[in-house]
Amino acid sequence: MRSQLANIYRLGVKELWGLWRDPIMLVLVVFMFVFTVYSAAKAMPETLNKAPIAIVDEDASPLSSRLVSSFYPPQFLRPAMIPLAAVDSGMDAGDYTFALVIPPDFQRDVLAGRAPSLQLNVDATRMGQAFTGSGYIQQILLGEINEFLQGHRQSSVLPVELALRARFNPTLNKGWFGALMEIVNHVTMLSILLTGAALIREREHGTVEHLLVMPVMPAEIMLSKVWSMGLVVLLAAALSLRFVVQGLLGVVIEGSVGLFLAGAALHLFATTSMGIFMATLARSMPQFALLLILVLMPLEMLSGGSTPRESMPLFVQYLMLLAPTTHFISASQAILFRAAGFEVVWPSFLALLLIGSVFFAISLARFRKMLSQLA
Amino acid sequence: MNSLPEPALRPAVVRFQQVSQRYGKTLALDGVSLELPAGCMVGLIGPDGVGKSSLLALAAGARAVQAGKVHTLGGDMAERRHRERVCPDVAYMPQGLGKNLYPTLSVEENLQFFARLFGHAAGERRRRIDELTRSTGLYPFLDRPVGKLSGGMKQKLGLCCALIHDPELLILDEPTTGVDPLARSQFWALIGRIRAQHPGMSVIAATAYMDEAQRFDWLVALDAGRVLASGTPAQLLAQTGSHDLEAAFIALLPEAKRQGHQAVVIPPLVETAGEEVAIEARELTMRFGDFVAVDHASFRIRRGEIFGFLGSNGCGKTTTMKMLTGLLPASEGQAWLFGQTVDPKDLATRRRVGYMSQGFSLYSELSVAQNLVLHARLFQVPEAEIPTRVQAMSRRFGLEQFLGALPNALPLGMRQRLSLAVAMVHEPELLILDEPTSGVDPVARDNFWRLLIELSRRDRVTIFISTHFMNEAERCDRISLMHAGRVLVSDRPQALREARGAETLEQAFIAYLEEAGARGEQPVPEPAVSEASLAPPPPPPSTKTRRRGFSLARAWSYSLREQLELQRDPVRATLALIGSLLLMFIMGYGISLDVEDLSFAVLDRDQTTLSHNYVLGLSGSRYFVEKPAIRDYADLDRRMRSGELSLALEIPAGFARDASRGRAVEIGAWIDGAMPTRGETAAGYVQGMHQAWLAEQSRLQLGQTAVGAADVETRFRYNPDVKSLPAMVPAVIPMLLMMIPAMLAALSVVREKELGSILNLYVTPVRRSEFLFGKQLPYVLLALFNFLLMVLLAVTAFGVPIKGSFLTLLAAAVLYVICATGAGLLASSFTRSQVAAVFLTMIGTMIPTIQYSGLLDPVSSLEGAGAVIGQVYPASHFLTISRGVFNKALGFADLRGSFWPLLVSAPTILLLALLLLKKQER
Repeated sequence: MRSQLANIYRLGVKELWGLWRDPIMLVLVVFMFVFTVYSAAKAMPETLNKAPIAIVDEDASPLSSRLVSSFYPPQFLRPAMIPLAAVDSGMDAGDYTFALVIPPDFQRDVLAGRAPSLQLNVDATRMGQAFTGSGYIQQILLGEINEFLQGHRQSSVLPVELALRARFNPTLNKGWFGALMEIVNHVTMLSILLTGAALIREREHGTVEHLLVMPVMPAEIMLSKVWSMGLVVLLAAALSLRFVVQGLLGVVIEGSVGLFLAGAALHLFATTSMGIFMATLARSMPQFALLLILVLMPLEMLSGGSTPRESMPLFVQYLMLLAPTTHFISASQAILFRAAGFEVVWPSFLALLLIGSVFFAISLARFRKMLSQLA
Repeated sequence: MNSLPEPALRPAVVRFQQVSQRYGKTLALDGVSLELPAGCMVGLIGPDGVGKSSLLALAAGARAVQAGKVHTLGGDMAERRHRERVCPDVAYMPQGLGKNLYPTLSVEENLQFFARLFGHAAGERRRRIDELTRSTGLYPFLDRPVGKLSGGMKQKLGLCCALIHDPELLILDEPTTGVDPLARSQFWALIGRIRAQHPGMSVIAATAYMDEAQRFDWLVALDAGRVLASGTPAQLLAQTGSHDLEAAFIALLPEAKRQGHQAVVIPPLVETAGEEVAIEARELTMRFGDFVAVDHASFRIRRGEIFGFLGSNGCGKTTTMKMLTGLLPASEGQAWLFGQTVDPKDLATRRRVGYMSQGFSLYSELSVAQNLVLHARLFQVPEAEIPTRVQAMSRRFGLEQFLGALPNALPLGMRQRLSLAVAMVHEPELLILDEPTSGVDPVARDNFWRLLIELSRRDRVTIFISTHFMNEAERCDRISLMHAGRVLVSDRPQALREARGAETLEQAFIAYLEEAGARGEQPVPEPAVSEASLAPPPPPPSTKTRRRGFSLARAWSYSLREQLELQRDPVRATLALIGSLLLMFIMGYGISLDVEDLSFAVLDRDQTTLSHNYVLGLSGSRYFVEKPAIRDYADLDRRMRSGELSLALEIPAGFARDASRGRAVEIGAWIDGAMPTRGETAAGYVQGMHQAWLAEQSRLQLGQTAVGAADVETRFRYNPDVKSLPAMVPAVIPMLLMMIPAMLAALSVVREKELGSILNLYVTPVRRSEFLFGKQLPYVLLALFNFLLMVLLAVTAFGVPIKGSFLTLLAAAVLYVICATGAGLLASSFTRSQVAAVFLTMIGTMIPTIQYSGLLDPVSSLEGAGAVIGQVYPASHFLTISRGVFNKALGFADLRGSFWPLLVSAPTILLLALLLLKKQER
């Protein structure tokens, strides 16, 4: 037992040396955890950021110009003033997400209490903006009109106010979310990639078979890759969290970073096993690359890191329960944003442990089989 | 040094003047000046890594000249024009068995490919291929994939491919390394016949076998990038006063290298009475499917013996060794090590065996000392002994000065010794060495043998070694001759020679091979085709098409080949097609921006009809699902933290009373902001509900008809139900159509670089543009097919109809896949390894398509670098077109604006790839 642990440790150290002396990989790791995390936070706009809007003003009254001037950056681009005929072509070309039509005699009708209608065209293929934007625009318009009417007319409603506050991310800053989810995604992507590439590289150089004539068991070889590559990714994630996210981007992390890293370690156990599994499936680098795309894309898009899980169809939700990323993302969101403690996230941890063990067992079986075919 | 008289006053076919080549820190050629006479057989001799290959590659124009001048066929090879002019007259066969051939293609397809590159018409191609293959004996194997040919046959095919265009100069880089002696003698006989028919042809060949070199007309001995001597074999022998070339070569080496060299003396094996058996194999057989790699091999090796395995590449030597080490379970038969059955699970026997595999599997990322220490530890040498052991090993094998160096920085001979030291670090009783000396110079090889002999005779270590060098085989106590998986015979080398009455071991081996029926690939006697037909027909001047402008035929040749390779590797194409459909399915359904079923709960401190009525407004909508009521603040906090609640409401005590009395009340609402998009949408919903409830209340309670001052009529266009699916499906197509074709194309070029067939770009008349466009075409077609499948899936399975003009979409798709495959080619044009190409393509396609091309957020709303990327990236524009056609019922006229960027970026990307691709190796 002791000698096995020693072997696992020594072979793992060898992996670390291998990575250290492979500058391309190192540059890649740094690039991913510094540059892309930063750019994900910065490029990710607020839902309403520079939303392109066009206005057809057929009224040309003080009220209509007041409405026009209520749309300004950064939520909106300066409104494009267009004739009615240009609405269709502009929206077709995707120049505007919103086109507002102010009908003739709008101000007169409002003052006369005839409740005229404004027409708001929304490009509903741009889902995100379409949703939040249309509600927001309505509020702005009605607010302006009501203000305009102050003194002109009395409106009475119940004196009930809604005090709406967002918790955990009071300004709903998407950059925070983007940066943290980017780290979470990179943990998955890099761990699969590094372990898979490490195994394929050893296979190409013929050093795996060399290991096999030594008194070393396949499980030891595999565990050594799991811990060493896992450690690298964990360390990179921790540094990125501390210096890029908290330092450079100034994101406030409410929860315990230690607990998050513990979750990440469990997650890495599962993903590094997956990496080995995929490397045993692929016969060549091209096949590994295609497999990588096939696996990573759903993991990144469907685990709740980019869109909310509860809006996905049920079968996708259930299917994705088998993926470690789903649990890891749910745990990370709870820990990092909502400061949840272990008593809250333990089910996710348990799931990660279970999934990891299953993946590890399957990979080990595949790995043994590959070794016997390889020789 | 070149003071020897020139032979026959022949004009030089290749002339080197002060040529130096440097790769990184290694100086491969050091001021070489040399003239190689035309019309004869010129041989370059010397071990690996002395610059032979560099010289040949320079002469062929495959490598760019760094310093000095190289003249081939009367012109400067540094000039592009001259290279283009002479390229059809030069044939170059690189080192490595079938390195420039395509293993998945058949013999015929390979030949057709090369013949097309040189612009022969179909009839002419047929005639030449038939002639060449008949005379080389490959004719019966035209349909066989090259990967399944034997080493000798591969070399013959390589020769056929080189000869297909009647070159004036034939350059062969170690054509017979790793080929069995019979095939080797056949190969040189073939060259002899060809030369007889083309008297004007010059042949330059590199070889590591000194016995072959003996037959050449003119020799150049090289060492460490310098010319040691040149002249006819007789002159070299006379100059050094030696009786064979091996000895002559050693004599030519500089003093420092020769130091300590002495002929290897082998003390006789002391026969012990007990005759302990170290290895015994009985009827050992290994099958891979139908292929029998080892066929009932039996032998027995005594303790302390040096036992040699002799045979060509692929005859089963390595497989046998692997079975003995337990790496491969035997299909049949049994083997014993030290009297115990070989059992892969038995770790104890492994400790008694040292194994050195082909190509010295050292960890190139660990230093010499680290390699030794790691192996010592893995073999459980007690920790306290390790430093002394490592020291002893490095002293014994002469590695002391190199302990801190990385293996790849060491000369080959050093690496070989390190590899042996590593195999010996745990003091095994048995050493299994798989071709340990290939590519090592004679002096280092002799030193290595002295170590082996010492181990065997002094330490009584049993040594089981495989080799294809005859003079090494002579040094073994006993050898087994292997051919096609069978052990032909096992005995002392002397006995084998005597049994066959042969002068040399090589001749004895050939005799055994012939007896075993390994006649191999003899020329097929063809009544109508006499030997004379090898002579080229009076070549009409037009057959030698000079490179003039872009040639569709050559591009087509590459296209055809790439297409065939794709067909032969169905996994790749299938993975791409099925994978993209699968992904589209998953993501089309999975990525949903609809925010529904948000969970909420209420902390109702009022508990009146009015407060219940307020909550009803929320729970009745499809956007919210009500959870059990909240008990107190602690409960609220806990449930929000766990993510169970997306929205929590607090209705204060006295809510109904205060409201009806006109006193201001405030309802508290908290939304989960962890996921901002969801938070924003939820906030919008709650506010909407609140307004609606207020209006309703004023109508009911105050009897007032809530007429707003104005109202906003919102029309959701193109997607009236505001569903994710119709919006996402047209967006997923551009995403997948960028990533997968780019990845496929990227690997196609860089793979040629790794496997070596990129040489055909360097030395044949093909242009870079022909190469790139030719390779791109099959991937463009595959991607278009993929596109059609995805559209079909969108229309049928997803029920997202194409409202606009399909032709417009198709036209855009054509442009777009040209961009996508072009991007892949671009990524692979300057990377060297497949791994790097994969990463680059992945980063270059996945991140921009997902984040910056308008999939989730419109490009116009992006900030900073992301906005710039989004505006120029082709995916953004194809996305606009795809959504325009699918959702907005648009045609070409409406989407013209998005076509321009695609029209510009497609050629730009290709042009960049073209500029970055090199026509010569640097």
